[in-house]
Amino acid sequence: MIVDFFFVLFAVMAIGGATAMVFARNPVASLLYLVMAFFAMSGIFVLLDAHFIAAVNLIVYAGAILVLFLFVIMLLNLGRTEKTDLRGPAYGILGIAVAAAVFGLLLVMLRDGHTTSMAGGMGQATIDAMIQSQGAVGVIADPMFRNYLVPFEITSLLLLVAIVGAIVLARQKAP
Amino acid sequence: MDIETYTLMLSALLFAIGTAGVLLRRNAIIMFMCIELMLNAVNLTLVVFSRSLGIEAQVFVFFVMAVAAAEAAVGLAIIIAIFRHYELVNVDRFNLLKW
Repeated sequence: MIVDFFFVLFAVMAIGGATAMVFARNPVASLLYLVMAFFAMSGIFVLLDAHFIAAVNLIVYAGAILVLFLFVIMLLNLGRTEKTDLRGPAYGILGIAVAAAVFGLLLVMLRDGHTTSMAGGMGQATIDAMIQSQGAVGVIADPMFRNYLVPFEITSLLLLVAIVGAIVLARQKAP
Repeated sequence: MDIETYTLMLSALLFAIGTAGVLLRRNAIIMFMCIELMLNAVNLTLVVFSRSLGIEAQVFVFFVMAVAAAEAAVGLAIIIAIFRHYELVNVDRFNLLKW
């Protein structure tokens, strides 16, 4: 009951924030709407018992990546409200039609595939027992450092390459 | 219907809104933010399926976040480099790979 209430609340916040982000004219307002949507999505992660993912989503996504976007918007001095940069009516209708088609396709996939994939799953009781015995972080840490250790290390390499690449790309060229 | 089904529908809707944003806007930074929204919608799907198909799906959420961070850093650096040259971030004006 209370879960349903919070799910509806977070879903409305997420959809409203995402829609407002697409149509806001000020880039900073757009970004803050996206932060609101991400906060709501973190709430939904909590409702789905993914507490660690919810915290990481807040700290890494809303806290770090979106603040990086905010820095760039302010660094480039783009924070002014200007004439909207939405595309014209013909292109706009086409874009919304494509997005609606994507949504329809995903719903069709959900209708056809969801019931079979959910059958034979672990179920709520198993997840609750795992979180009880290992903790919300341990549940993820166990497969990550046992089965996915090599991908984890490759991720660190990827981040190193991204750091070097970002510095090389954004460096001020010598006159 | 249960909360999983509703969350999958929500994630499909958020992905579609992100698609619409990429197609409708001309501001490169906002297109980028829409891509982040699409990535997070996929994270939502992965978390839903982690409940039935195994907790490993949440490990993949972690990797998606790491790749998103790398992509944001490099992409924003590219936008800064382009802005230094053109003094704008409107994607309709970019038609050269090298200048």
